[in-house]
Amino acid sequence: MNLLFKIAARNILRNSRRSVMTGSAVAAGAIAMLLFGGFVLYIFSGLETSNVQRVGHLSVFRTGYFLFGSGNPAAYGIDDYERVMQIIAADEVIRPRLNVLTPTQSLVGIAGNFSDGNEASKTFLGLGIIPSARDRMRQWDERRTGNTFKPDHRLSDDDETRGLIGVGMARILGLCGPLQLRGCPAAPARAAEGVPAKRRDDLVGLAQLEASPTAAKKPTAPHLELLGATAGGAPNVVSLSVAGAEPQGVRELDDNYIAMHLGLAQQLVYGRGEHKVTGIVLQLHRTEDMPVVRARLEKLIVDDHLDLDVRDFLDLSPFYVQVRAMFGAIFVFISMVMGVIVLFAVVNTMTMNVMERTNEIGTIRAMGVRRRGVRMQFILEGALIGAIGATAGALFALGVAMLVNSAGLTWIPPGNSSPTPFKVDLLNHPLLGASTWIVLTFVAMAAAVIPANRAARLSVVDALRHV
Amino acid sequence: MTSPEAPLATKEAAVRLQDVARIYRAGDVEVPALRGISIDIPYHRFSMVIGASGSGKSTLLNLIGCIDAPSRGAVEVCGQAIGDLDDDRLADFRALNIGFIFQTFSLVPVLSAYENVEYPLLLLGTPEPERRRRTNDVIDAVGLSAYAHRRPNELSGGQRQRVAIARALVKAPQLVLADEPTASLDSETGAAIIELMHRVQAQSRTTFVFATHDPQLMSAADEIFVIRDGTLIEHRHGRGVQ
Repeated sequence: MNLLFKIAARNILRNSRRSVMTGSAVAAGAIAMLLFGGFVLYIFSGLETSNVQRVGHLSVFRTGYFLFGSGNPAAYGIDDYERVMQIIAADEVIRPRLNVLTPTQSLVGIAGNFSDGNEASKTFLGLGIIPSARDRMRQWDERRTGNTFKPDHRLSDDDETRGLIGVGMARILGLCGPLQLRGCPAAPARAAEGVPAKRRDDLVGLAQLEASPTAAKKPTAPHLELLGATAGGAPNVVSLSVAGAEPQGVRELDDNYIAMHLGLAQQLVYGRGEHKVTGIVLQLHRTEDMPVVRARLEKLIVDDHLDLDVRDFLDLSPFYVQVRAMFGAIFVFISMVMGVIVLFAVVNTMTMNVMERTNEIGTIRAMGVRRRGVRMQFILEGALIGAIGATAGALFALGVAMLVNSAGLTWIPPGNSSPTPFKVDLLNHPLLGASTWIVLTFVAMAAAVIPANRAARLSVVDALRHV
Repeated sequence: MTSPEAPLATKEAAVRLQDVARIYRAGDVEVPALRGISIDIPYHRFSMVIGASGSGKSTLLNLIGCIDAPSRGAVEVCGQAIGDLDDDRLADFRALNIGFIFQTFSLVPVLSAYENVEYPLLLLGTPEPERRRRTNDVIDAVGLSAYAHRRPNELSGGQRQRVAIARALVKAPQLVLADEPTASLDSETGAAIIELMHRVQAQSRTTFVFATHDPQLMSAADEIFVIRDGTLIEHRHGRGVQ
């Protein structure tokens, strides 16, 4: 084997120009695969991080909520959710893996802004959360993307009246000015014309009737009246003090989004009845624990005879799954193109090598080298060219990645509303480098098989006659 | 002189060919290179196959060297019937028993003189200390110790042929085949090479078989087989017979 390796290496050096050209093709393949792969993996990490920060790893819902609940969240409240949370938090399998355990309440309704002469209202999709839990969830960054949020002091566990809305909703409801949102146009004056004063009075009146003790203080910040139906079907209104607006990536969500304190959401949905939640969110320390925890949750649900269902963030974020599939397909396509280029480059080089060394092949065959030995010789040369090219390409790609990562580039990925770093994440994914190296080396080796077989099949006499 | 058609009655022939024919095909045309030759080549001799260009001497050497198969007849080398061996076993047989010296030297260009000589021992799996000793000994014997680590392209034609001789001899084969070994050399170098091979043969008692039309080589032969048009026409004994 040492002799084969020695001859292979020296032949590569001997035909240096040809070897450099072939190695460059392999290196180009490695660079393309690694840079694109690194970028794609960074996107995946970023998407996973933003999804896990937003919806956690796993959510427990009332059975049927996932499929039917968005039309009537109030009908799918989890009974005695605090006991369910205690069961989950106390479980010895889940507890060490758990980062955040928090209840959420989804709700729908109509939001209206009737302050300062405004007469705007629209439907909303609301989410009731525990602000401190939300802050903790938004610190999750297992993939070290750097995309974490500072604690959001606009919301507080102690103040149930405050909430955040989408920038689109702020625009539609005429809150851009009061919230001092840059790039958010104020509503034209005619928007308020022709709206019956009676409706405003109705909503405000309802809000005053339904006002909770915590919301009894007259809000000083811009506020919205939120109209919803209770679980019993009765209309209900609460006042939301708008503490700020956050862009929500997807326009449909941005135009309809309201995040509020869980207490306020429960007050709107359940009124004076039993307060429930529509979901219990589990954020884990590590994504890889998700299957274990999910299985454990399902077991707990069965053991405790709970009418609950478990979903992971992949179920809740089909967009993430689709983006992964799309970029995965593009990566495979690029890899295949690069593989074909490498294949042809190596086949060409090795064919020329065989032609030029036909006499040498005859000589070593006459000396007693078996056909298999000749075949191995050329396959090893192909593999060596592949390995050298892939190594050079990987090192070059690493340099480019470091350059790109330090350049501070940003972009707005699909589904995001704000710029995120443009990075090529190679250092955190050694498997990508290793697999690219192995694939390209293997392709180069496989490409050498045809010329190697041709060399091995040569008649010794004919090969010796070759000049 | 013996009859060209009758093999020597040697009991221990290094090479025995019986009614061997080799016919090449070029499309539908058959070109006979050998037409039913029978030869016994004795062990430990400096034997020579001579003939004009195209007479079939290289074909004969290829058959003896087990790198070609006869169209008809039987070839026995060092007591082994060659027709019984498959390709791998033929390769192993060559590796163990036959050394080749080619007209154009045919050294592996990326290996040094030392490594070229060492190559056959690596094929045989000879342990490293013995391999080193034997390689150095044979390189020393052909007078190339000072050039052992040079690549073939850094050596003269005569030096390259010495490397080829050393490579053929290093594994102490039973049979060394040389096809026009001096054809690519000037007469002075050719004479030196012949003298070297003769000396080595005398020391090692290895059976040498040459194909040549070089008169210098013929003068050194113990046995001369004359071939014309694929047929053995004469077999002469005795060193120095012209």
